[in-house]
Amino acid sequence: MKLNKWMKKSQHPLLRTEAVWVALTLIIVFASLRYDDFLSPYNIESFFSYNSMFILISIGMCFVIMTGGIDLSVGGVVALSSVMVAYVSPYGIVTALIVGALTGLICGLINAVVIIRLRIAPFIATLAMMLASRGVALLVSGKQSVPISWEGSFPEYGMGLMFDLIPWPVVVCLVIAIMAWVLLEKMPFGRAVLAVGEDEEAAKLMGLKVNKTITLVYVISGVLAGLAGVTLAASFGAGQPAEGVGWELIAISAVVVGGTLLTGGLGSITASIAGVVLMGLIFNILNFENGYGSFTISTYWQSVIRGLFLLLVLIIQAEVLKRLRNKKTAQ
Amino acid sequence: MDMINQQIDKNESSGSIASSAKFKALLKNNGALVALIVLLIINAIFTPHFFAMQTFYINMTQVAPIAIVAIGMCLVIASGNGGIDISVGSVLALAGALAPMVFMSEFGLNNPGIAIALAIVLPLLVATSCGLFNGFLVGHYRIQPMIATLILFISGRGIAQLLTNGDIQTFNNDFFQYLGTGRLFGIPIQAVILIIIALFVSWIIKTSKFGRYLLAVGGNDKAAFLCGLPTFKVKLIAYGFCGFCAGMAGLFTTAMNSASDANTAGLLMELDGISAAVVGGTVMMGGKAPVIGAVIGALVIQMMTYTLLANGISDSAAMIAKAAIIIGAIYLQLKNKQKH
Repeated sequence: MKLNKWMKKSQHPLLRTEAVWVALTLIIVFASLRYDDFLSPYNIESFFSYNSMFILISIGMCFVIMTGGIDLSVGGVVALSSVMVAYVSPYGIVTALIVGALTGLICGLINAVVIIRLRIAPFIATLAMMLASRGVALLVSGKQSVPISWEGSFPEYGMGLMFDLIPWPVVVCLVIAIMAWVLLEKMPFGRAVLAVGEDEEAAKLMGLKVNKTITLVYVISGVLAGLAGVTLAASFGAGQPAEGVGWELIAISAVVVGGTLLTGGLGSITASIAGVVLMGLIFNILNFENGYGSFTISTYWQSVIRGLFLLLVLIIQAEVLKRLRNKKTAQ
Repeated sequence: MDMINQQIDKNESSGSIASSAKFKALLKNNGALVALIVLLIINAIFTPHFFAMQTFYINMTQVAPIAIVAIGMCLVIASGNGGIDISVGSVLALAGALAPMVFMSEFGLNNPGIAIALAIVLPLLVATSCGLFNGFLVGHYRIQPMIATLILFISGRGIAQLLTNGDIQTFNNDFFQYLGTGRLFGIPIQAVILIIIALFVSWIIKTSKFGRYLLAVGGNDKAAFLCGLPTFKVKLIAYGFCGFCAGMAGLFTTAMNSASDANTAGLLMELDGISAAVVGGTVMMGGKAPVIGAVIGALVIQMMTYTLLANGISDSAAMIAKAAIIIGAIYLQLKNKQKH
């Protein structure tokens, strides 16, 4: 119980999630006033079914970053999983979900073993996995996209809606987001993750199973990337061995925009998801603006604006941190 | 520590059996060099036409951009606190896209001489300022390097695409293409420039004040700051130089292809650069800057890929092998370190 209290105390001053919520609200208000179709069911559905993949990998990334690690392999794992899933798509969506999750689980386990047993830095270990998983994906698929079977329940996952309302990938994503939130905020595992990120040595001395925690974190990240691969294959109708390049960086930037520090020890699932939505909305709004017709903005602006946005958030974060540090020394 | 060890090794081996002992010590401390020699031997046996000049040219021109980026990356990693620059690929694309824009502009066509000089200087300046921008974020705002450089990773390529409208610029300019296809004394010009940069930087690191400052800052940022070292300036220079290296690599890439493509130039270059630096003995924790090692690391990765491709193994499989060699090389380094 004491640990819990201490965690709560230590989380508050440094975890700055307000910025992302304020920005998100402002952008949504602006966009819904300016574009008639912005809040249309079609836009919301397609926005979330595409971004559900990024939400999944960002949740995994959030866990990894909270332990002070990083997982650069998610993009490759998404591609590999989408290829594997496309091959088993005739057997239905349940098999596909299991195969996708298993593919990710294996990749995550290998990451964890390399990091823990070989004592190689997470950055390098997952960088190697990024190459390896993409290599396997390209090798297995012969560098071609693998068409899915259009019979059975698998394509329904990509196209259909639950209660004629919510796309299935969004349902899965929602369930996982809730599970992740519970895991982080209400379970001992979440506190162990934060403790390991705060100070690995201290966590070990407190009797926490550091290695087990780290392993689980990379496995979670792998499994979620695997599930994102299922969504990719189902909604684009093919396993895509060349897709997912740079997705790990999108996930990392979303998590950082959500206020999570790369040094570990604190983080928020909800704010990370808000980060994904925020970064995704930039693209969505550019599309609307172009559709508006008064003037056209090149899609290349998207990356420039995303970068500027990230810069802004980081500088605000840095200023806040500096002020807090000064306050601490003043006391 | 390692520097001291090397010093001791040197002193010990100054006796009569010096040369063989020295060589043994060199191999022991240099996993990458061993790997390179092994690869060369394997190639000599298995790869047909390995000793043809053409093979040499191809490998040298291909490795030069990676090796130059690896040198910059080596300094950035050495500057510590999780030092890394993942924006090099985007900066490479930006510099590569700028060069043809300069000499193909109206001004450039009217003043070809000045234009070529400008086409080399301007991209390098822009690339260096990109690096300085990274260094400023890392040094002044203390943003984690991985995230700070993520900004230009995302935006840098976007700017290059905006400038070129996403189009591929092809050109025909003998002077500029010399940077890609020219030879000096029979050695590809990129390799010559690479060797000059590598030797110069290595000399700077070993002998200059900056070199000692860099390693001190990388070893322990706070202690260095308390000792009165200009930590901010050191980081600024390290990141700025890394940007310069990326710019240089961009010029080479554009000149070699006689075209610039902002969409694909330098994709995944950051990974190659980091892998080369790390295989060459750069420690991710910082405080160590084996510049020549980084070049050897780039050669190892290049030879590795070449060996597999020349022997009919698909490039997808080569990616997996690359992953294995990165993990293997670093694992061996860590093991060696534990023994010391």
